[in-house]
Amino acid sequence: MSFDNLDTLYRQVIMDHYKNPRNRGSLDKESMTIDMNNPTCGDRIQLHILVEDGIVKDAKFEGEGCSISLSSASMMTQAIKGKEVQDALKMSKLFSDMMVGKDIDEDGLELEDIQALQGVSKFPARIKCATLAWQAFEKGVSEEEVSE
Amino acid sequence: MDVKAIREQFPILDQEVNGNPLVYLDSSATSHKPLAVIEAIDTYYKKDNSNVHRGVHTLGTRATDKYEGARDKVKDFINASSREEVIFTRGTTTSINTVAYSYARANLGEGDEIVITPMEHHSNIIPWQQVAKATGATLKYIPLQPDGTVTLEDVKTTVTNNTKIVAMVHVSNVLGTVNPVKDVAEIAHDHGAVMLVDGAQSAPHMKIDVQDLNCDFFAFSAHKMCGPTGIGVLYGKKELLKNMEPVEFGGEMIDFVNLYDSTWKDLPWKFEGGTPIIAGAIGLGAAIDFLNQVGFDTIASHEHELASYAMEKLSLIDGLTIYGPTERSSLVTFNLDQVHPHDTATVLDSMGIAIRAGHHCAQPLMKWLEVTATARASFYLYNTNEDIDRLVDGLRKAKEYFGDVF
Repeated sequence: MSFDNLDTLYRQVIMDHYKNPRNRGSLDKESMTIDMNNPTCGDRIQLHILVEDGIVKDAKFEGEGCSISLSSASMMTQAIKGKEVQDALKMSKLFSDMMVGKDIDEDGLELEDIQALQGVSKFPARIKCATLAWQAFEKGVSEEEVSE
Repeated sequence: MDVKAIREQFPILDQEVNGNPLVYLDSSATSHKPLAVIEAIDTYYKKDNSNVHRGVHTLGTRATDKYEGARDKVKDFINASSREEVIFTRGTTTSINTVAYSYARANLGEGDEIVITPMEHHSNIIPWQQVAKATGATLKYIPLQPDGTVTLEDVKTTVTNNTKIVAMVHVSNVLGTVNPVKDVAEIAHDHGAVMLVDGAQSAPHMKIDVQDLNCDFFAFSAHKMCGPTGIGVLYGKKELLKNMEPVEFGGEMIDFVNLYDSTWKDLPWKFEGGTPIIAGAIGLGAAIDFLNQVGFDTIASHEHELASYAMEKLSLIDGLTIYGPTERSSLVTFNLDQVHPHDTATVLDSMGIAIRAGHHCAQPLMKWLEVTATARASFYLYNTNEDIDRLVDGLRKAKEYFGDVF
C-alpha cells in the first residue's frame, strides 16, 4: 500500500523540526514558564517565553512527546519570536482554525513552516498533539495579563 | 477453537478501516460485543423496559426478573457464596471508590497503612491517595522486580500489622503481569488487613473464584468482557458489606424514610441508589452466558497461543522493546526504536490496525519504566495469528517510514 495519506500528516518539514528542533532549551529566570500536558497520552511541553513591551522577545521549549507535538512546538517558537503578542495570538487563532479544517485568512501574517501541519486536521486524534504548544502560549499570555 | 465462528458473532469486526480489513488489538481498553449481548439489550428495550423493584405491572416484573437474574449469573460467574455479595456499579472505578469511600474512610485513621503496587491503574491509586489524605493513613508501595513482577517476600516486608487494606491489580493492563493475589490475600489476612483485587483485566480472560482467592473485595467491568459499557460489579464479603454505609443515597436503596432519618434496604440494594443500570446488567448477564458457552479453558488456551505467537514475531523486529515478564496475559506492550508510540499508532491506524498508545492510565508505572508512553496490542478470543502478522507487517512499515528520520 502507499503512504500518501500518511504523507499529508508527516510532511518533510515536520520531520525536520522533529529531528532538529529549533529553540529547544530554557531561558533565564526573567522569563515565564508554562507547563502544559496532554493527559490522554502523556505528552508534556514546558514553554519559556520572554515578553517585553508587548513583544515576544524570546521563546524556547522543553518536553517529551510525539513528532507532531514536538515539531509544532519547534515551529511555534520560531514563529512567535519577535512578534507582537497580539499578532502571535492571531497566529494561534489561525492555527486552531486550520486544525479544525476551516479556511483561514492569513491577514498579513506569514505562517511559513506552520502551514506544514495543515494535514493534521485530517487526523482528528492528533489535533491535540499539534495544539499543545499553542495552548501553552495562550495560557502564558493570559496569565501575564492577569498579573499586570 | 473455531475462531471463524466466534468472529461471526462480532459484527463490528467485519468492516474496512482506512481501506483495509479492521484488525482490532485494543480489547484491554474495551472488548467488542457479540450479537447475543447486543440482542439481549435490544430485546429488553423493545419488550420489557420498565423500572425495577416497584412496578406491580407485568413489564415491571419482567424487568426485575431479568435484572436480578443477571445478578445470579454474576454470582455463579465469580463463585460468590451469595447473591447479596454482588453489587452492580458503573464499573471497576466506581467499585473501588465505593470501598474507598465506605469501608476505608470509616475504618482507617492515622498510623494505619494502605498497601498497593506501582503497576496499578489510576483507578486503584487515586482513591487510596484520597483516603490517605482524608484519614491520615499512609499509602505504601510494594516494589516491583525488574521484569515487572512482585515477590511474596516483598509483600511480606511491606505489609505490617498496621496495614488495613491491601489493594492489588490481578492482571496488569500494561505489563500483562498476573499477580499472585491469592497468596497476597493470605499475607494481608495474617496481618488483619482486607484484600481488594482489581479484576478489570482478569475477569475477561480467566475463571474467577472469589472464594478460592479468598479476597474481601473484587472489582470488575462488563465492557472489557464482551458486555456493555457503564456497568460493573463490586463483590464483597457479606460480613464486611453488612457493616458498610451506602455511598449514594436516594431512591431504590431505602427501607423507611422519615423526615429526619431513614433506614436502608438489605444487601445488595443498599449500595444501588437510584434507578439501576438495568439494560447494562442484562447485557452483562448475556456476556457471561456467551463466555461460559465458549468456555474459559478454550479462551485461555487460544489467548496463550496468540500471546506466544506475538512475542515470537515481535521479538524479531529490530529495535523493538517489549515491557513486562515472559509469563503474561494476552497483551504486549512495546516501543519501537525512537518512534513515539503515538506516531506508531497513527501509522498502524492508516493500515486499519487499532492499538493503544499512551500512558494507559498508569503514569506511576510509566515513570518506573522510564518512558512517557508505550504502545500496546491486546488480544481477545476473536483475534487470530493473521491479526498479529498484520501488526508485525505494520510495525515494519512504521519503522521504514520513520527510519530515515533518525
